[in-house]
Amino acid sequence: MASGVSRWLTATVARVAPATPHGRILLLDVPGWPGNRPGQHLDVRLTAEDGYQAERSYSIASSGDGETVELAVDELPDGEVSPYLVEDVQPGDQLEVRGPIGAYFVWRETQDEPVQLIAGGSGVVPLVAIARARLASGNRSPFRMLYSVRSPEDAFYAAELAAIDDPGFRVDWAYTRHAPEAWPHPLGRVTPESVARDTIPAADDPLVYVCGPTGFVEAVSHILVDLGHAPGRIKTERFGGA
Amino acid sequence: MVRMNPRTGLVDVGRLDGNAAAGVLSGLFRVDLTAAVVACRRCGERGPFAEVVAELDPEGLIVLCRGCRHTLLTYVHGPGGASLTLDGLGAIELPATE
Repeated sequence: MASGVSRWLTATVARVAPATPHGRILLLDVPGWPGNRPGQHLDVRLTAEDGYQAERSYSIASSGDGETVELAVDELPDGEVSPYLVEDVQPGDQLEVRGPIGAYFVWRETQDEPVQLIAGGSGVVPLVAIARARLASGNRSPFRMLYSVRSPEDAFYAAELAAIDDPGFRVDWAYTRHAPEAWPHPLGRVTPESVARDTIPAADDPLVYVCGPTGFVEAVSHILVDLGHAPGRIKTERFGGA
Repeated sequence: MVRMNPRTGLVDVGRLDGNAAAGVLSGLFRVDLTAAVVACRRCGERGPFAEVVAELDPEGLIVLCRGCRHTLLTYVHGPGGASLTLDGLGAIELPATE
């Protein structure tokens, strides 16, 4: 699975499926795709009729060999690319992709340490790829995921995550605006108290992957360091832009 | 530029990181820079390129040190060509390829 590939490949949309009220899962057929590791991303390039081009990075929810790539895209209202991917693009349509990209925010089956995944919003996408890879492998390292979303309906892959039935893999949820009935914890952004309660303690020296909007990642990283995690044990990936 | 997504309430502060910059720069460097360790000439901070501050727009990108916000590199491209300036980038250390 080569990395560092800079050429653009033509992708054909194979399937689209709604995922949240403002997000969609896309399956792309990409002839020539070399396969990818869990956690990697790709760049999507759209070209308008007048030649104007827009590029954005999207994390990949799938991993392994094969030429089919799964993306999950959250629509940003004033975006240039995401509204097209979420509202307009249909099976058979073509777009350009460059990738896979990323040699840092990846998980390898040979890692034998505890892993804590922390996602904000659609930042869960690369972490789903990592979770799937762990569950499909013989790797039995303890895994835990903390997923912060606005409300239950805003969660990507909610059913899949809820169905994880593995004694070594626990999923914790945090809700910022609306929670399921009888939710025992306060609503709102994650706090030092909630992170301490809902993640693997620093004493166990987990490798932590944090992905989400820039502000979320910065806040969580600071909390983790304050809780005693070594900065070198926290891998981050930020997104934002429209 | 600070924007809040009215539906998700998530704030986009307009700043990403080296992960997002890696694709654009892959055409120049021929390697995936994310796992490379970069050093800031000003404050001496060293760390993975994936963790640097990056600002991207249609014309190019600017990469800043996460420690002191000094500009590490600037890349601008357009119809007339492209330009790379290694402002404060002291070193790029590439890991052994797998």
